[in-house]
Amino acid sequence: MRYLPLLDEDRAHMLKTIGVDSVDDLFTDIPKCARLENGLDKLPEHASEPCVEQHFSELAAKNINAGSVPFFCGAGAYRHHIPASVDHLIQRSEFLTAYTPYQPEIAQGTLQTLFEFQTQVAQITGMGIANASMYDGSTACAEAVLMAARITRRSKCILAPNLHPHYAQTTRTLTHTLGIGIEQAATAIGADTDVMQQIDDETACIVVQSPNVFGEVIDLRALADAAHAKGALLIAVNTEIVSLGLLKSPGEMGADIVAAEGQSIGNSLNFGGPYVGLLACRDDKKFIRQAPGRFAGQTLDAAGKRGFVLTLSTREQHIRREKATSNICTNSGLCTLAFTIHMALLGDVGFRHLAKLNHQKACDLADQLSAIDKVELLTPMFFNEFTLRLPKSAHEVVENLAKRGILAGVPASRLFGEGIMDDLLIVAATETNSDIQLSQFATALAEELS
Amino acid sequence: MADLYFTEEHEWVSVNGDTAIVGITSYATEQLGDIVFVELPDIGKTVKAGDETAVVESVKSASELFAPLSGEIISANEALEDAPETVNEDPQDRGWFFSIKIADKSELASLMDKEAYDSFVQGL
Amino acid sequence: MSMNAKGRPTKPETSNISPQFGSALLQEEGLLHEVGHCDKTGVDMEKLSGRTSRLGYLERSEATGMVGLSEPEALRHYVRLSGRNYAIDLGLYPLGSCTMKHNPRLNEKLARIPGFADIHPLQPTSTVQGALQLMEELSHWLLEITGMQTVALSPKAGAHGEMCGMLSIREAILAKGELEQRRRVLVPQSAHGTNPATAAACGFEIDEIPANAEGRVDWDVFCSRLGPDVAAIMLTNPNTCGLFEPDIRKIADLIHEHGGYFYCDGANLNAIMGKCRVNDLGVDAMHINLHKTFSTPHGGGGPGAGPTVLSSRLADFAPVPFVKTGKTGKLQLVEQLNDAPDSFGRMCAFHGQMGMFVRALAYMMSHGGDGLRQVSEDAVLNANYLLARIKDHLSPAFSGTCMHEALFDDEFLKGSGVTTLDFAKALIDEGYHPMTMYFPLVVHGALLIEPTETESLQSLDAFADTLCELANAAKSGDQERFTQAPVKAPLRRLDETKAARHPVLRFQENLQNT
Repeated sequence: MRYLPLLDEDRAHMLKTIGVDSVDDLFTDIPKCARLENGLDKLPEHASEPCVEQHFSELAAKNINAGSVPFFCGAGAYRHHIPASVDHLIQRSEFLTAYTPYQPEIAQGTLQTLFEFQTQVAQITGMGIANASMYDGSTACAEAVLMAARITRRSKCILAPNLHPHYAQTTRTLTHTLGIGIEQAATAIGADTDVMQQIDDETACIVVQSPNVFGEVIDLRALADAAHAKGALLIAVNTEIVSLGLLKSPGEMGADIVAAEGQSIGNSLNFGGPYVGLLACRDDKKFIRQAPGRFAGQTLDAAGKRGFVLTLSTREQHIRREKATSNICTNSGLCTLAFTIHMALLGDVGFRHLAKLNHQKACDLADQLSAIDKVELLTPMFFNEFTLRLPKSAHEVVENLAKRGILAGVPASRLFGEGIMDDLLIVAATETNSDIQLSQFATALAEELS
Repeated sequence: MADLYFTEEHEWVSVNGDTAIVGITSYATEQLGDIVFVELPDIGKTVKAGDETAVVESVKSASELFAPLSGEIISANEALEDAPETVNEDPQDRGWFFSIKIADKSELASLMDKEAYDSFVQGL
Repeated sequence: MSMNAKGRPTKPETSNISPQFGSALLQEEGLLHEVGHCDKTGVDMEKLSGRTSRLGYLERSEATGMVGLSEPEALRHYVRLSGRNYAIDLGLYPLGSCTMKHNPRLNEKLARIPGFADIHPLQPTSTVQGALQLMEELSHWLLEITGMQTVALSPKAGAHGEMCGMLSIREAILAKGELEQRRRVLVPQSAHGTNPATAAACGFEIDEIPANAEGRVDWDVFCSRLGPDVAAIMLTNPNTCGLFEPDIRKIADLIHEHGGYFYCDGANLNAIMGKCRVNDLGVDAMHINLHKTFSTPHGGGGPGAGPTVLSSRLADFAPVPFVKTGKTGKLQLVEQLNDAPDSFGRMCAFHGQMGMFVRALAYMMSHGGDGLRQVSEDAVLNANYLLARIKDHLSPAFSGTCMHEALFDDEFLKGSGVTTLDFAKALIDEGYHPMTMYFPLVVHGALLIEPTETESLQSLDAFADTLCELANAAKSGDQERFTQAPVKAPLRRLDETKAARHPVLRFQENLQNT
């Protein structure tokens, strides 16, 4: 077996050194009633590399990949171009096969890139500091709510009506056990600023996504003021981080904590994971102390040379155990590296150009689609994603267009369930869409609806 | 003149009238190593003897300070928030944590005097 | 000096200067924000059309402050940084309880097939049948290996999987109307910190069970803590001392008798695959770290993946989403809570770590059922061989054989002036990554060594020789070799006190050299 270096003669020699007759003598603590005498004989036997490759190729061939068709799905995961050098660099053994950098003397590669990552995330969100990442945007959102509850010592949390429903559900699941009361008004385009009316003296935080799940860009400034007036915090959620190349940053608009999905930079769609959760907050001791997850920090070595370490770890489970700020025991290491490298290649100039290009493509597409008879654009203020009302079921339209080789976006019913918003279609365009693809989509939709 | 008491949790308690100032002993700071963070109680908070009242952290450990006596927190040493190293440098003076307005002086009977604490530490 | 015809020297002069091996290949490299430039970019894009934006006053007016690099500069920056990392591909990585095994490159290749890497989580399910089939196949393998009823694939890491298991248990207790009453979760002292942190995050109180002198759960204490208020026990098996809990079946039966549930931390599954199935041990829930047992790369700290297997007692409470077969034989995703009335909820956006599913399934198929059993046997054999080779030089925490990892205390360093930390740092100078230190908390100055099955006999022998030589050096009073170590790494020991007292968590212009 290609991954196992021991020869039978090695095994015999080793058993002799240990002083046992057979390998089974090392497993005698397993209760007799539970021992598997025949091993895993219901599973297939080991397979060669070409054999395995063949099977996976067959499975992959049953999927339609985004790059092979005109593709317009978003709603929390976006297809962007990733420079070839990103994937090359993250596959270097020294990054790929290293553990968490607990031995900083031999992990400066990972630690320095985490420090660079934290700096970039703080810069684009306009926040004081950022951590070394969370699992994804949705779990970052849940952790941000718990963090706000600890900072304010309050337990009520108000979710904006148009927060991505997966984020809302995840936040409920991961916070209700700690006595956090979640309030959320019914989803309705244009209703996000209504959360201002719900804030009271018990409110720990309001959670507002911009651009929201329908693509609407929200002015966070009045929301921040309203929250702060009652001693509550504003958590700004962002699921399309490229938007921050064109939009005022949440920090500039008064957000206290930012929870975001960083997949758009450096990471493929991967059918939903692994992604990279971003968590940034004000540079305030009270905030940093209550933050979840890892931080890389700058220090000096014994010879006075600059270096980096994981720091502030008394907040974490391996020291604080049941009193930890979170049970999280990882970050999205390699995904943060991909993010950092892609962002370093873009730089400020490239990042802002990319954002403008995305917005421009989406504006062009929105013009073409909303010109179709009975198609209505519901979200005029958008970045690279918008919502259309169609004269028939969006689910049906998407299925039919898929048969014609166009992946036309995400029906709202896919996120919210059948019934209430069956005629709404959420459409995203990015720099990966050619102008020809935009018109192919418009033509196909017009035909489908006629 | 203040009277000095100690607890088995390695806290010192300096009592002057009905006010007690609380900190940690040099033995405790030696055990903890470099102190990097201190979390202090809110002023005005009422505590019972044995309540977790403050937190002291070194790089790889976090420990609670328990209120040695019941009463109301009347002050906290905010200078420690920016300079936690003071606790290492001068644990029994500038490194104090908080002071309590003592609610029940009979609780002092459960604390140790210096001699008793020294022999307690020697026995560890 | 000998010269060739062009006057180029071809033979070095002899010299007494001792070589600083490797430093010529280890160039100094500044931070991105020092080497980059705010006007530079390494990405060419389509030109902008000049169309005005729809965003008006919400448009960004200032630059982000980020810097950029051209492609050659970026390659050089990150390749140089990579040279400052230790990695499995460079040498043995004996971190106990972390299972640092070889990461097959076939898995990386397959995960990058566009049919897996370039599909969107919300595409019509008719266009991702292969991905759903892969999830079903992965589930099948995990259920065959564990004997359990169902598996929740969405948890994103081990600790997230723990959350999944404990929330399932909470939901089951809630369904029985006993949530008010069952508040307590028993957690052995030797447990990984995530166990108590998870139970606390799920709203339970933690009750710590001490280990006995043999490193196992103290049976009498365990029995005395049972009662109608116990929700569950969270037990790692094999435990973090590298030992199988021989009473595990009795523990399971007793906790069930008292109406509680058995959460097993699956961090150490690598020791028992094909030797026993956790369902037969009475387990109700267990997360599986795909990045440990099934070789998905650790990547410098993630991403992980923590599919969680559940017993028939908990299966109904599993989180959404999950895959099911529809009436027409097509695979479907159940994503709405309305369609899964007993589910405890959703744990994250989308369907879990698909990229890791591909890698883990490729690993399993490559090994087959026969190979997975061989993996566990070789992992345990390697750990025991290493233990046998070094036990007279170091001090094993417990007598007898171990499972996939061997625990030592610092008794062998007594009186040497060398601590566990010093000993571990000295290993760096010998070209090894240190073992896990000061964990588990049940022995003094713990050193936990897990070689994994992907080390050869030659590699184990070399490592054993180094450990014995170091132990003897410590005992013979060569203190400086340890207290000063490492001296051959890119950096000496770092000042963690400074980092924590006055945190610098991002690049700041005026702080570059402090």
